[in-house]
Amino acid sequence: MGGQKRDGSATPRAPELSGRDAELVEELLGGSHRALARVITRIEDRAGGHRAIVSALHEHTGGADVIGITGSPGAGKSTLVDKLAAAYRERGDTVGVVAVDPSSPYTGGAVLGDRIRMGSNVGDMDVFFRSMSARGQLGGLSMATADAVKALDAFGKDVVVIETVGAGQNEVDVVRTADTVAVLVQPGSGDDVQTLKAGILEIGDVFVVNKADMDGAERTLAELEEMVHRREGPTTGLDTGHHGFDAPEHPDDPEHPDDESEASPQEWTPEVLRTVANTGEGVADLIAAFDAHSAHLRESGEIEATKRRRYAEEIRTLVRSDVGALAADEIERRGGVDRLAEAVRRRETDPYSVAAEVVAPIVDCVETGRE
Amino acid sequence: MSVEQEERAIRCLVAKVGLDGHDRGAHVIARAFRDAGFEVVYSGLHRAPEDIVQAAVQEDVDVLGISILSGAHNTLVPKVIEGLKEYDAFEDTLILVGGIIPDDDEAELKELGVAEVFGPGTPMEETIEFIRNNVPERA
Repeated sequence: MGGQKRDGSATPRAPELSGRDAELVEELLGGSHRALARVITRIEDRAGGHRAIVSALHEHTGGADVIGITGSPGAGKSTLVDKLAAAYRERGDTVGVVAVDPSSPYTGGAVLGDRIRMGSNVGDMDVFFRSMSARGQLGGLSMATADAVKALDAFGKDVVVIETVGAGQNEVDVVRTADTVAVLVQPGSGDDVQTLKAGILEIGDVFVVNKADMDGAERTLAELEEMVHRREGPTTGLDTGHHGFDAPEHPDDPEHPDDESEASPQEWTPEVLRTVANTGEGVADLIAAFDAHSAHLRESGEIEATKRRRYAEEIRTLVRSDVGALAADEIERRGGVDRLAEAVRRRETDPYSVAAEVVAPIVDCVETGRE
Repeated sequence: MSVEQEERAIRCLVAKVGLDGHDRGAHVIARAFRDAGFEVVYSGLHRAPEDIVQAAVQEDVDVLGISILSGAHNTLVPKVIEGLKEYDAFEDTLILVGGIIPDDDEAELKELGVAEVFGPGTPMEETIEFIRNNVPERA
């Protein structure tokens, strides 16, 4: 990609769609599974041409509820996603799933195993399941995932589920591209609940204790409840008559997830639910919670703010990437980063001066090009 | 590093079709492919031909490796190929079959569109090399 000319950065116009790609977009919008699959491949490959495609798809998006599911390895994410997809299908919704798996940083290879668990939906083409590996760089994955979700959305899927291991910042960024985020926790994972505090707790709209038929489920539920309410902060409780409204949503009485939006139209209190993904127990409640959160986002107007925030992040990432590519070309033109680094090592120059020199022509262009 | 860096990886589906519970070979292959830098989707056991088609189409794989040790290749493989054609995915998918396939059947499978048949004892490198050399070009 280094030395190539990029139309996107040369002109402020939208990326041009080639005849072939226009056909692909047309076919995708017309309902071709093959075209959808091919578009996602293009998005994954980040092979330049995907920009025009995603750009053309954008106006067709916005119809799908996007749900992110994360949790530690072995928490039962894939199995739960399988059961969720089947439940959505039962009520007539079409489903897209993007399952993100780690790849080896050494060979780039990956075994994408989430598909094995999709037992309830095999042969049902209205569940479009796509495995993605965490190729590429930090930031690239969440961008690719967001674009893949757009493709599924534009295709007309009612619900799009993003499934990823909640291991690090990369994954957190991925799952943040969803409107509603469920965090899965295994029973008896006291330490897990502790570690959840860092980063993952903040992004969960629904917390799910999966494998709830195992020992320690009640305790994990209680711990999560406690944490969720601590997150609300003491003032929230005082302002809204916390205790009165809080009573019905304790773990021993979880059957009214819809009450949530009535109780506090402005503030969403994360729900804590229990499921047994293997048997499908609790899946209906989970879907009800997703629906409630989705309704809450719409009624409170929060959905607009969420989407604005997400698009702002996308714009920043793309601009940073384009400008970064310009800078990378400039570094290449000056003999490559290794040569520059060696010059710095020999005390001939310093990193600040090098950076200034590299950026100088770009700054010039910006100043002359702005008018 | 740019988020737009091109990262083309060879995507493979390792598929077990039919009533055949022997997947040690498929596991070994999947791992070898991974270590070769491929992205491998494993189907799991006892899949019907249409499940394999669904997975191959949705995952948009370059390579479909079908492992059959039950002897039912003459009924199962044609169904998979039919399905791929139905979704317009036959042309640019490299189809490989692994298992114990008699010579006559092998010729017939190749006639249908299977690129190569790998019997027991095939060195892993040979299969990987074959894929690298024959993976369909994407426009």
